Formats: sequence, structure tokens, C-alpha cells
Amino acid sequence: MRFLRAYARSPAAVVGLLLLLLVIGMAISADWLFPRDPLALAGRPLQWPGANPRFWLGTDNSGRDIAAQIFHGARVALLIGLVATSIAVVIGIVIGAVAGFYGGWVDDVLMRVTEAFQTLPNFLLLLVLVAVFGSEISTVVVAIGIVSWPAPARLTRAEFLTLRSREFVEACRTLGMRDAQIIFREILPNALPPVIVYASVVMAVAILLESALAFLRLSDPNVSSWGNLIGLGRDVLRVQWYVSAIPGLAILVTVLAVSLVGQGLNDALNPRLRGR
Amino acid sequence: MLALAGRRLAASIPSLLIILVGMFLLLQLAPGDTVDALMAQMGGGGDAALMAELRAFYGLDLSVPARLLNYLWRLVQLDLGFSSIYGKPVATVILERLPATLLLMTASLSFAFFFGLLFGVIAARRVNRWPDTVISTLGLVFYATPSFWFGLMAIVLFSVHLQWLPAGGMESIGEGLTGIRRALDIALHFVLPTLTLGLIFLAIYLRIMRASMLEVLTLDFVRTARAKGLDETRVITRHVLRNAMLPMVTLIGLQAGTMLGGSVVVESVFSLPGLGRLAYEAVVQRDLNTLLGIVFISALLVILVNFCVDLLYAKLDPRIAKETGG
Amino acid sequence: MSAILSIEGLTVALPRGADRPHALDDVTLELRAGEILCVVGESGSGKSMTASAVMRLLPDNVALTRGRILFGGRDLAAAEEEEMRAIRGAGIAMIFQEPMTALNPLRPVGDQIGEMFRIHTDLSAEQIRARTLALLEDVRIPDPALAMRAYPHELSGGQRQRAMIAMALALSPRVLIADEPTTALDVTTQAQILSLIRDLQRRLGTAVLFITHDFGVVAEIADRVAVMQHGVVVEQGEAAAVLNSPQHPYTKALIAAVPPLAAPPPRAFSDEAILKLEGVSKTYRTGGFLGRNRRVTRAVRDVSLELPRGGTLGIVGESGSGKSTLARCVMRLIRPDTGAIRLDGTDLATQSPAQHRASARRMQMVFQDPYASLNPRRRVGELVAQGPIIHGTPREAALARAKSLFALVGLDPASTDRYPHEFSGGQRQRIGIARALALEPEVLVADEPVSALDVSVQAQVLKLLAELRQRLGLSILLITHDLRVAVQVCDLVAVMKDGEVVESGPIGRVFEAPEHPYTQSLLAAVPGREFQAARRSRL
Repeated sequence: MRFLRAYARSPAAVVGLLLLLLVIGMAISADWLFPRDPLALAGRPLQWPGANPRFWLGTDNSGRDIAAQIFHGARVALLIGLVATSIAVVIGIVIGAVAGFYGGWVDDVLMRVTEAFQTLPNFLLLLVLVAVFGSEISTVVVAIGIVSWPAPARLTRAEFLTLRSREFVEACRTLGMRDAQIIFREILPNALPPVIVYASVVMAVAILLESALAFLRLSDPNVSSWGNLIGLGRDVLRVQWYVSAIPGLAILVTVLAVSLVGQGLNDALNPRLRGR
Repeated sequence: MLALAGRRLAASIPSLLIILVGMFLLLQLAPGDTVDALMAQMGGGGDAALMAELRAFYGLDLSVPARLLNYLWRLVQLDLGFSSIYGKPVATVILERLPATLLLMTASLSFAFFFGLLFGVIAARRVNRWPDTVISTLGLVFYATPSFWFGLMAIVLFSVHLQWLPAGGMESIGEGLTGIRRALDIALHFVLPTLTLGLIFLAIYLRIMRASMLEVLTLDFVRTARAKGLDETRVITRHVLRNAMLPMVTLIGLQAGTMLGGSVVVESVFSLPGLGRLAYEAVVQRDLNTLLGIVFISALLVILVNFCVDLLYAKLDPRIAKETGG
Repeated sequence: MSAILSIEGLTVALPRGADRPHALDDVTLELRAGEILCVVGESGSGKSMTASAVMRLLPDNVALTRGRILFGGRDLAAAEEEEMRAIRGAGIAMIFQEPMTALNPLRPVGDQIGEMFRIHTDLSAEQIRARTLALLEDVRIPDPALAMRAYPHELSGGQRQRAMIAMALALSPRVLIADEPTTALDVTTQAQILSLIRDLQRRLGTAVLFITHDFGVVAEIADRVAVMQHGVVVEQGEAAAVLNSPQHPYTKALIAAVPPLAAPPPRAFSDEAILKLEGVSKTYRTGGFLGRNRRVTRAVRDVSLELPRGGTLGIVGESGSGKSTLARCVMRLIRPDTGAIRLDGTDLATQSPAQHRASARRMQMVFQDPYASLNPRRRVGELVAQGPIIHGTPREAALARAKSLFALVGLDPASTDRYPHEFSGGQRQRIGIARALALEPEVLVADEPVSALDVSVQAQVLKLLAELRQRLGLSILLITHDLRVAVQVCDLVAVMKDGEVVESGPIGRVFEAPEHPYTQSLLAAVPGREFQAARRSRL
């Protein structure tokens, strides 16, 4: 309860939560409002929004309903965000926790690998992964998760480095506790809040990465992804710019919502840092 | 100071090796090799004997470890191999594309750094009042904007409707501009790509700068400075700013790779003949030699940026220089 | 004598939701020319807030609501910000508690001192350099020319505090406010800084407002004293009068809590050693990529000590003496390089991790920081029960035992369901002791168990340790930097310096007739010794 009150104190956080609920609502209601396949031909191509009451957001250059694609796209975006983020955060926590807790050569080896991943431009690695393993949506999601773990790993490691020399950890050792229990039951709960907050950044980036991939037509073409639609709209950009504009706004709103919620969580979890 | 940066440089060699070996092995998993791609480009229908001969020519008939060693040995000699798609050595292809990317990155980084710093400082000085609210909100919106979409919308507005700026390309072709006029023409072509790529980094820098300023403002030595009788402006410029810039400088190094990755999309939107676009083309055309070469050069670029960042950091923070001083 | 600075009816409001409405309530103080006025109080008494209010550097969320601060014929409480800036540094200068963080880490020390002249005077760069050098000489910093170019991290804590004093005195201010300037320093450094402040004050005639929590320091330098509690001045007067015949009960309690610097009569304990350290050494190596720039710190060098069964051995030393590293070697939190640590004859230093986990229950530790030593995400009962649960006690039984341990250490057994942040520092330290006792250890290692606590709380916790020792037959290894703590509970003492034991023996003997010059200088540096001696002879 205290946490909720602290969260609700920031208007930006509340706006973010409402926007996120809106996107989730779109994802849930997509099948019910637009039961047809969003990628099927629906009507005459390139009808401007409002021109035809059946298609209140217009149709794209293949004559597909843009509104349907936006609603179904919300599902894809959220799914990609959640799954890719979970993959990245889990890998990151395990690697960061082990590296930070043990230090020494374990830390050296794991940090070299992490640095390798950070030295390689993540979008380039994503391109290579997609080129090698194909662009099915499941592959894309896993690939995004794999390119996104270094930052959470570094963050977890940094937290562990400061926490492992805390006296309460030394106290656990003097009690005769095993390492695994110290790492996951004693330190991790204390290290988790900043990582959870950072997960919102990972999620925002994951959604942006997929949309960029889809825009380049390297993501799954059989899925109603907002990025696909922007890429498609590029062909008719000069006149029918709304085809690209509308899905872009959808991405913007979603990523903004995720970021605002993350910031709200941060402020609520660290009252000392409020307003930063 | 140089010693420290040099040591960091040496420490990046293992990372580079991990990348190269990892990438090489990864690409072995790719369906089809260069010869397949070449045959497909020449119009399908492969003659088995010709393909075998080509494979021998490219050294593709050897075992994977042998090829890996071959590849690494050639890299040491700075030989990136041959691009069958472009019909030129990979190094030549990459060198042709490098200037556009370097220009784009330098411009975007400068833009993002300068304005990120400026807005971050303004927001921190007016924390929780309207200038801060406006800047922070804009920062969040910029952060959430997909760069390619921003680029497209900028083209619609500035190139199609207002016709102020060119929609793509690196310079006006066929006008034979020279000297200063050519430079101006190129600058004009780079305005929109720079904004597009730099926007998200501007958002990141301003956020970190604001947070860092607020953090430093709570430190004891700021209280000392105020107790000396310094006015608020001098407290900021003489005591807070340099301390607050340290996290931002670190971030530049950490994000160099991300920025290079972002240039893939931006160069595609604005049809800039850069490294990022080359990477995209290499993926689409399955030109694996070129792709590996780009990975190598990109990693080198990122390491180079980090080297410069280390130098800058050591210059800003005497505590770092001491560590190596012995 | 005339007042240079007078504070009249000063009231500072705390933000809504704080534990009390006012940080300062109707505070009236007078600082006279050429005197040192000590403002004494425990944490939360408002003593530092008073200093911030005079400088008008209060935190944003508190507000000066009433009262006047008269300085040089002006009321600072109502002065314009610009006027205040001219006074800060030039008229009233200030030094702070933490010399580590009070200087800008990115600028040379000389540059930061010179800034005083650049702000308030029109001196040329050459003149500023000469004046800065002279100031650094005045504060007796070793090699002033080098110190001028040095960055703060290149100086020791004491040198940094000297640089701060040089900066504060740059413009010969009429008032110097010193906010716990020696609290973060070692006792010998503290003695040097105190004598420096007193010398400079006498020579320059500066009036000093000295804020401290330590009556030893008060006895050392104060001309007059004001005692604060909960934002109110409860007593003020001449130093001798307040120290020798305190009127207010709070002052009496504070002075009584200052531990006497004399050993109690020796206690009986066994001749047999339960814990034996033999030639223990630990060396740290830092840095050193490819063997370059390697730094070697010999934290503990060849230490041999014996802790008799039922006895208490104090290990006393300043920061960097290796006493905490030694404690961690004993607990096997750090593996010593060489040497043996024998508990009843078993060498702990060479045990495997599994063996060590099993024998952990025989020796337990109490930590220094009551805020960092309890996992904030676990209920306190669980924290105390954790040890027995690890060693096989059923959860229910362990939790029930935690309640009885709470009673043992003087806490409410009903409070085991609460979280650590709901307890005060002293209570948390009791929880830490309960946790250590839960495994029924034979040896208790206490690393600075009271140094983070207020004086009055310190006395209570030490008393608890002494009682438990008696009731449970514990043998205690007590690590402390504070001789006054050691003397209250220890039977034996070992003095450490730079990783080595320079002197050890029965505490009474070491205190009455120290043999090693370092022990002598440590004893001489304890603030308020003469007052202590006088008090003892009166009792």
C-alpha cells in the first residue's frame, strides 16, 4: 500500500501506467474488435483515415485495415518486450551475480565476454543472428534477448560488488551459510530493485529494436508488427504519409509508457532519489 | 595517463578475439555460403564442378578450425578477404563506406553531447519547475521515438512539404560542386540524419547529466564551496560541472556500439552510402566475408572511441591518472 | 567581553511528517570575541543545524521561521543572499566533519584555497600563490609547496583537514565554525588538529563555534559550553563550571557516560587459552597488470596472541593498523597467508570450506555498523533464527529461541516480526548480538561494536556485553579504535600499529605504565585526559 501511494504521487508515473494499460487493453481486445486476420485484404488500398467509416485509421498500400494492424501489433510489441526482456534480465542477473560475488578470475572471464558483447554494436549482432537463424518471430525475440543482456549484467555485478562486502553478508558467512543461498536468498533481493527498474529500459529498447528490424524487412513478415507497417508505408511516404505515421505513434506511446512506469517504479523504490 | 588508456586498449584484445571467433563460428551456421550467394546472383542453376572449384578458390573446402585459423592469420595481416558480391577486396569496399559513417557519428555525437549537457544543466538548476518539466518530458519523448520513424517524418516535413532540406544521399549528384560549396552541400545533406541518429542519445545524455548534477549538488564539497561565499553560477561552473560530466563521459564509451548500430537504420532511411547500410546489404545478399569485415571494423571503431574516452576521463579525473602513476 | 555573534530565539521548522516540528526551538547563544564555544549534543540534537542556520546554508526542506542572528551589526536571518555571500568565507568561515569529501576531488588543494582570495579580494595570481603557501605553512602541513599542487586524494585525512583549516582561515574571518572537525580522524591526528585549532585561535583572536558530541574534546578546548538536546539549549556556561558541576540532568547523563580512562580491578579468568593465533600474516596485492605498478600492503604481520577462556582480549589500533583484517582472518572471512588460528587446538586457517561451515557455530561475530549488518529485507526474528536453522534446528524451534534471545539482550520478544529499519542503532546492535549468541558460541569476536553509536548508548551496549560474558561464560575478542572502550571491558589488551602488535599485556598494566612509545602517544592523545584524571581523583 505504501508503495502504491509513493508511486501515485508522481503524475508522470500515473500517466505512464494509464498509457500502458491502454496498450494492454488494445492487445487484449484485438481479437474481439478485429476478429479477421489483420494481414488480409480488407478494402480499397490507401484510403485516408476518416475517409471510410469502416476503416477509421485508413488502409495501407495493400488494402489492409491499419486499425486492425495497430491493435494486433500491440500484442506483438508487448510479447516481444516481455519475452526478450525476461531472457536478457535472467541471463544478466545470473552472470552479473556470479561475477560480482566471486570476483577474481571468474569475474575477469565473465566481464571479458560482457565487454565483447558491448564492443560489438548490438544492432549489427542482431542482423547477423537474424541472417543466420532466420527471421521467424520466435527467433527474433530470442535474438533480441541475447543482444540485450550485457547492461543488466553489469548493473547486477555493480550491485553485488557493493553488497558482497556489506556486513550482513559477512554475518551470513560467519553463520556457515552456503554461497548459493547467500547469492540468491540474501544478496539478490537487495540487488533486485535497480535491476527491475532497468528492465523497463531493456523492454523499451527491445520494442525499438524489433520495430527497426521489421522496418528493414528483416523481421517476421507474417506477423502484424508496427515496424512492418512503417516499412511498407515508406513506399508511399511522399503522399500517404499516414501509413507510416500512425504505427510510429503507436510505438512512441508504448515505449513512453514503459519508460514512465520504469521511472515511477524507480522513484517509488528509492524515495531518496525522487525527482532525478 | 597514456599508460592507463594503453592498458585498457590491451585489455580489449581478448574481447576482440572473442567477437571474431564467435562471429566466425556463428556464420558457419548460416544457411548457404558465399558461393551459393554468388550462384544465386548469377541466376541460379549451379554447375557442381564450377561450384567446387569456386569453393576451393575461396578456401571453403577446408575444415572449420583450419578456416578460422586462416581467417585470423589473414586479419593479422589486415587482409579482410574478398567480397564476391562487390567484386573487390572487402577492405576496399569498407574504406569507401567509412567516411559517411564517421561523419554521421561525429556529428551526431557532438550534437547529442553538447545539447544533452546544456539541457541537463538547465533542467537540474530548475529542478521540478517548468523548465525541468518541459526538458524532462521532451527527453522522454525523444527517447521513445523510433529513430527511423522520426527520420521518415522529418523527410515528409522538411523535404517534401517545406523543401528546405534534401531527403537523402550524401551530396547532390551531377552538379559538380567543389570546395566550400561542396562542403556546404554535404553539410546540408547531413542535417536530418544527424538529428535522427542523435535524438535518442541527446535524450539519454540529458537524463544522465541532470541526475548526475543533482547527485553532485548534494556532495559535501559543494557545501564547502557555498560556505566560501561562491555564487551559485560559480559553484556550478567551477565545482559541479566537471564532476557531473564524469558519468556522461563514461556513457559515451558504453554507447559507441549502440550508436554504430543505430547508423544501420538511419543510413538506410537517408540512403547514405555508409558502413551501416553496407552491413544491411551484406545481410540481405549473404555476403558473409563483407559482414565479418564490418564486424571487425566496427569493433575496432568502438575500441578506438573507448580509448579516446579513457584519455578524456583521465584528463578530467586526477584520481584515475594516479592509479597508474605508481 | 563583547559578543561577536549572537543567536537570539532562533527557530527552524522541520518539514511536515518529521518526528518533531522544530529542528531548533528558540535557540539563544552568544559567541564572544576570542573564545571557543563548544556546542555539544548527540545525533539529532540540532547542533549542526545551528551551524547551517548561521551560514544560511540550510537544506531546502527546512525553514528559518523565527529569531535573529546578529553578526557585525547585521541580522543574518534577514540578510539578502548577496550580503550573505560576502560574509561567508570572509566574515564567518566553516570547516566540516569529513575531510575526505569536503574538498573537490578534481581540483588541486592550492587552487581551492586560492579561490577564497579570488572570490573576496583583488589580489594578483602571484600574491594569491604566496598567501596560499604561507597559509599551508601556518597549518603545519608537511611540504607545503607539494601540498599546494596535490589533489585531495593524495593527502591523508589529517592533512586534508589542515588544508580545510587553511582555507577557512585564509581571510582571517572573525568567526570560525567547526562542525565535528575531528570526528572522522584517528585519535592521534585528532589531538594534533585540536591543538592546531587552539593555537591558531589564540594567535589570530578568531572566535570559534565548535560543534562536537564528545565531552573529552570539550574538556580539551572549550572556554564555554552549550549543551543541546532535541533542538533546545538545555544548559550553557563556563566550561569548567559545566564540566565539574552540571546542572541539567541531560548534561549530567552525558558527562557520566564518558567512560573513565582507568581500568577496573582485574577479574579472574582461566589460564588456558581457548583461541591461539600463531604467526598470522595477510598481505594484499592490488593493481598490477603484467606485474607493473603493483602495490603490496602488509595488512597483518606475524601476529601471535592468546585469548584465555572466559577472558576478554582487546585489540586497539588506529585506522590502517590491520585490526579489522585480523578479526576477519580469525573468522575466516579472509584466509590468512600464513600462520595458524587454533580454536581449542583445531587449526581453523587450514580447514576446508565445508569443515569451516560446520565449526562456524563455535565462534561468532558482532559487526560495527548496525545499519549494514542486518539484511534490511528480513524480519529480525528470522535473522536471529537463521544460524540455528542452517545448522539443523527446526524453523519453529529456532524462531521460538529467537524470542528468548531477544529477552536476553534486553529487547521486547514480541518485536521479532518487525524489520531492522524499525529499530534504533543501539537496538540493532542488540539484535546483532542476539544473532551471534543464537549459535551458542564459545568465542565472540566483536569488531568495533559501539563505534557507530551515541555515547550514552555505547555505555549500555558495553554493559550488556560484560553481563553476557559473565552469564554465558563467553570469551571475547574486542576490536576497537577507542582506548576508552577497551578499558571498560577488556582484561588483556594488544596495541596494533601497521599490522604488528607493538605491545600487549593486562589492561591495567598497559594503561598505567605503557612501554612502547606508540602506546604512550595513543594514551596521551585521548581527549580530556586531565579532566578525566581530575574527575577520578574527586570520586
